[in-house]
Amino acid sequence: MALEPAILVNGLCKSFEDNSVLSNVDLTIDWGTQLTIFGSNGSGKTTLLKSLAMQCRPDGGSINIAGRDVSRDRSTIRQNIGVVGHQPMLYQDMTCIENLIFFGRMYGVNEIAKRAQKVLSEMGLGRHLNDRVRNLSHGMQKRLAISRAIIHKPPILLMDEPETGLDIVALEIVKSLIKSWTSKMGAVVITTHSIEIGLGWGSDVAILNNGAIVYRAKQEEVDQMWMRKTLLSNFGLTS
Amino acid sequence: MKNFFVPILLIVWKDILTEIRNKDIILASFVFAILVLVICNFAFEITPATVHILASGILWISFIFAGILVMTHSFVVENDLNSLEGLLLCPISRDALYWGKMLSLFLFMMVVELLLLPIFAVLFDYNVLSPSLILIMVLATIGFATVGTLFASMSVNTRAREIMLPILFFPVVTPVLISAVEASMSIIGGGTAIIDIRGWIQLLLLFDVVYLVVCPWAFGFVVEE
Amino acid sequence: MVDKTDGLNTEPKSQGGNMKLIYASIFISSAMMIANMYLIFVWAPTERIMGHIQRVFYIHVPMAWLAFIAFFIVFVSGVLYLWKKDFKYDRIASSAAEIGVIFTTIVLITGPIWAKPVWGIWWSWDARLTTTLVLWMIYIGYHIVRSYSSNRAQAATYSAILGVIGFIDVPIVYFAVDWWRTQHQRLVVGVTSVEGSLNPDMRIVLYFSLIAFTALMLCLLWLRVSMKGLEMKLQSVKNNRKNLLPLG
Repeated sequence: MALEPAILVNGLCKSFEDNSVLSNVDLTIDWGTQLTIFGSNGSGKTTLLKSLAMQCRPDGGSINIAGRDVSRDRSTIRQNIGVVGHQPMLYQDMTCIENLIFFGRMYGVNEIAKRAQKVLSEMGLGRHLNDRVRNLSHGMQKRLAISRAIIHKPPILLMDEPETGLDIVALEIVKSLIKSWTSKMGAVVITTHSIEIGLGWGSDVAILNNGAIVYRAKQEEVDQMWMRKTLLSNFGLTS
Repeated sequence: MKNFFVPILLIVWKDILTEIRNKDIILASFVFAILVLVICNFAFEITPATVHILASGILWISFIFAGILVMTHSFVVENDLNSLEGLLLCPISRDALYWGKMLSLFLFMMVVELLLLPIFAVLFDYNVLSPSLILIMVLATIGFATVGTLFASMSVNTRAREIMLPILFFPVVTPVLISAVEASMSIIGGGTAIIDIRGWIQLLLLFDVVYLVVCPWAFGFVVEE
Repeated sequence: MVDKTDGLNTEPKSQGGNMKLIYASIFISSAMMIANMYLIFVWAPTERIMGHIQRVFYIHVPMAWLAFIAFFIVFVSGVLYLWKKDFKYDRIASSAAEIGVIFTTIVLITGPIWAKPVWGIWWSWDARLTTTLVLWMIYIGYHIVRSYSSNRAQAATYSAILGVIGFIDVPIVYFAVDWWRTQHQRLVVGVTSVEGSLNPDMRIVLYFSLIAFTALMLCLLWLRVSMKGLEMKLQSVKNNRKNLLPLG
């Protein structure tokens, strides 16, 4: 395991109707690290994450996740990733616990009822076990979506703008969740256009602009002041 | 093998649970089908003398229109909070996903059709229930659900999805419709022997088998595109 | 970006080579069609019983055969597209489907024109006619699904699937309708053996017409496929310009 990086992307290209969204993206993410990808709207963040989650097929290049090629071992890779997207990907008319049990069973999780309860209380949804998703607020749905993504304890977590819709309490939960993931040698990739989230959570950073990685640095190399200034002035991000 | 069947049953269970909660699919399409029966009554002036000739056609008109609603809805549910993406992220084979959706579609359509039989009997004072009719209904509904699952999964991703599904669906299932109407007519009309419908049953079986092979294959391309 | 620009620069050369061939094929097929019209309307003997109306037959029958061939091309290139994910096959499939729909439309129009004076009815729900109508509707759906798709890859995938399903459906529909007809002997029309009663001159006209229409179909197919290739290229040039503008 230690030999293969968690995620290895080589020359990834993707275009929609000739609009090149990703051009020649190379990316390596090691086990036990968190990578934050900054990018303004339309920079290709979501497409990059969707390619990693095998939700869209790349036009060129290769992606290896945990040493496996995404064009082949798709089932095995799916078992090993958890995805939080823009939409919650849940069933409106089922309760929180039912949603988690359903998806947990799909992943073949053992003792799913206990696991689901534990995850829900970790995510601060302990009082909403039997509430239907339809009746949850947007932020609560987001929390449940994150619970769905981690129900099968995937070593790799992919989160597309996890901060949207979450309050400060939830953000703290997510932050500690990511910490526990990296401390257990998992890998976490998040995209964001919030400088606070990206720099405050102590992770490696990358900047995606016009479909290409234009900056990449390890956590300890990041000059916070410089990053802040660059992101604000050159990439139109908000603090 | 267990890994293949568990997700199928889970998807069916999930669809049934959702349906019991909101009753969106069955109630709406059932009411719609009754409306079709009422319209047919005025359109064809059904009398005790003509009912045995018209019964089969009217039944299948209402079945197929109700079925279209069920099909559209079974994928609209998945589109609500984009839960189809959630299903696709799961480490299950795309075939299992197809079979799950197809099976629940089949069940819902069968429930609506079976509910319609007594209504039909009451409205037109004509009992159509018989074991061989149920057999025809099962075979034809498998055909509808097989093609319907594929086309509904396609049309839900297009613009004008409500229009798209019938345009794609009706021409392709003409053989099912012809066989079902003809076979039911001989059963309901009573006069003809069972030997007459054997050919139609074979045709329905042929259609079902062919599309049970082709549609899951094609479904893989629809969702992995 | 770089290799795309390279591709564009090399394009005019190969296009120039192609153009000569395209002009030649247009010229050949037009000449054959003019000769064909002469044969059909002037040279061919007038049929004794049906009269001049029988001349529709020389257009109707080749059109029907070629429509089926066009749909077979749709089927094969559809499978190839699903397999290789190369838009080249999608261009071939969709062009063939356009031609197939046009030819089927002509079949459905010329059929009643021929049938009315001969059978006394415009339309009969027999296996051939009904199957052609159902086929026509399936491929109309093929084009509708393309225009309502949200992107090019989706349009190509969905229409390829329809092309495959439609083609598989044809024999089943034919069988069902044929059988349904034998159960309901409503109309008896005995014109199925027209080809048998042809005299040698008529036969020559029919075969020439078939060859001429085949040439026309291939020419149309080629034109459409290369036109779609150019459309795609134009689109990508436009998009590249759009992408570059903010920087320049």
